[in-house]
Amino acid sequence: MKRIFVGIKRVVDYNIRIRVKPDNTGVITDGVKQSINPFDEIALEEALRLKEKGLADEVVVASIGPAEVQNQLRTALAMGADRALLVEATGIEPLDAARILLKLVEREQPLLVLLGKQAIDDDNNQTGQMLAGLWDRPQATFASKVEINGSTARVTREVDAGLETLEVDLPAVITTDLRLNEPRFVKLPDIIKAKKKPLETLTPAALGITPRSRVKAVHFAPPALRQKGIVVKDVNELVSQLAAKGLI
Amino acid sequence: MSRVLVIAEFGASLDATAKCVRCASSLPGATIDVVVFGSGIAAVAAAAARLAGVTRVLACDSEANRNALAAVLAPQVARLAAGYTHVFAPSTTFGKDLLPRVAALIDAPMLSDIMAVESATRFRRPIYAGNAILTVEVEGSPQVLGTVRIASFDAVAQDGAASVESIAPDAPSITHTRFAGIAASGGDRPDLQAARRVVSGGRALGSADKFGLIYELADTLGAAVGASRAAVDAGYAPNDLQVGQTGKIIAPELYIAVGISGAIQHMTGIKDARTIVAINKDADAPIFEAADYGLVADLFEVLPQLTAAIKSRAG
Repeated sequence: MKRIFVGIKRVVDYNIRIRVKPDNTGVITDGVKQSINPFDEIALEEALRLKEKGLADEVVVASIGPAEVQNQLRTALAMGADRALLVEATGIEPLDAARILLKLVEREQPLLVLLGKQAIDDDNNQTGQMLAGLWDRPQATFASKVEINGSTARVTREVDAGLETLEVDLPAVITTDLRLNEPRFVKLPDIIKAKKKPLETLTPAALGITPRSRVKAVHFAPPALRQKGIVVKDVNELVSQLAAKGLI
Repeated sequence: MSRVLVIAEFGASLDATAKCVRCASSLPGATIDVVVFGSGIAAVAAAAARLAGVTRVLACDSEANRNALAAVLAPQVARLAAGYTHVFAPSTTFGKDLLPRVAALIDAPMLSDIMAVESATRFRRPIYAGNAILTVEVEGSPQVLGTVRIASFDAVAQDGAASVESIAPDAPSITHTRFAGIAASGGDRPDLQAARRVVSGGRALGSADKFGLIYELADTLGAAVGASRAAVDAGYAPNDLQVGQTGKIIAPELYIAVGISGAIQHMTGIKDARTIVAINKDADAPIFEAADYGLVADLFEVLPQLTAAIKSRAG
């Protein structure tokens, strides 16, 4: 069975402008729309396309989070994933997330692991690389193109200097960047069908993992605001202002 | 006392490394070593030795290190990390790719995008694309790994005189990951992330052809060229020029945004620019809320005027 393993995280929807709680203990998430992390949605879409091309037989989607993550996993199943795994746990740090994912990966024996490059809530950009390190397998992060050729993958990566191409032996971990694809919309009949697809719930303890708390969040603050400047009337005034400040 | 290992940015430019060293210097009682990876890196190692505040430069020069492959470099860093309280790398695609893999190998906690150091264990970092700033305390670990948000730190001076040692950490040879090429972009223009001046264009430019006006102004100023996500998505500019939350986060002395409305995702990328100039014909565009100088005008009219005015000053 050629299997692709996809990790998703439930995050505050990317269209929501988050606000810091007045007592600085977190950001306001009560009553705020939650969705699949956009980069993870791209990872899932890529997995589904690979399966549709006949390069994989099954797409398994997994998440770590509270029980409510079932909603996002059902959405993933409606998009086309075959089955879902939920590890119920909260406050999991990236390295522990990677340790948990490794246990699942060892169990599922996938050909490929696809994850978003980062979650848009804590912006860590760590879990995929950590999983690859613990698993002792190749990593290809920030992917904008993925080609599977038998036992290898050719991955184009968006790096600061341009577009880099890596060839990696499979299995490997690939993390997705924004331009890899545009995820499909979920259709109503698929949402109904997805209710019948298997969703297994696990715990870290059942996987033999004891989560740690080594990075404590002590204070949340809104960012400093920029002062609004002046409006100039024309190019001449702009040039003289910039020149006066020694900027040109 | 902090013993810090800074992983130098891969390649010839040490700008990001110099900012990373500044961050490391703000740790209490810091002693800083810099490790440089690559093949044929004598000149880079010598330049790293001039970064102020650095005690030792460790040069890992080998054919295996010719390309920046995290799977190849991470076991070497993991070997070197013993004895250091902190291992830092710049928060570039190189550092972001490499350091988490190191953290996994040595089972150490890692912080991404450190923007301020409060103590040896307490740091500030942006979350939610910079819409909140989180202060974290690392507990129960003798080591802290972190990528450093280079836009938050000034480069250290280049008047140091560190020693340079060649080293070859004992690490497995990795063959499962192979470099297959890079399509670099940008040509002779300054690098977007290191440039002191940046001119960016938005969707209002209307075509890849008209985006040439941005290049003309940038070249007149000796500036790097950037683009909004909308302009990149419309195909007016290549992706690696994208400035913003999903592109590059920059902190130039002068940022000129032309025909960019100022979506949150763009503003996140330019928050730390010293001076922001906005040119837009829509007086209500959100970019004007953050601009130091705003010019409400048709860009096709004023952009050639601005380029000509700067040219005549220079001439």
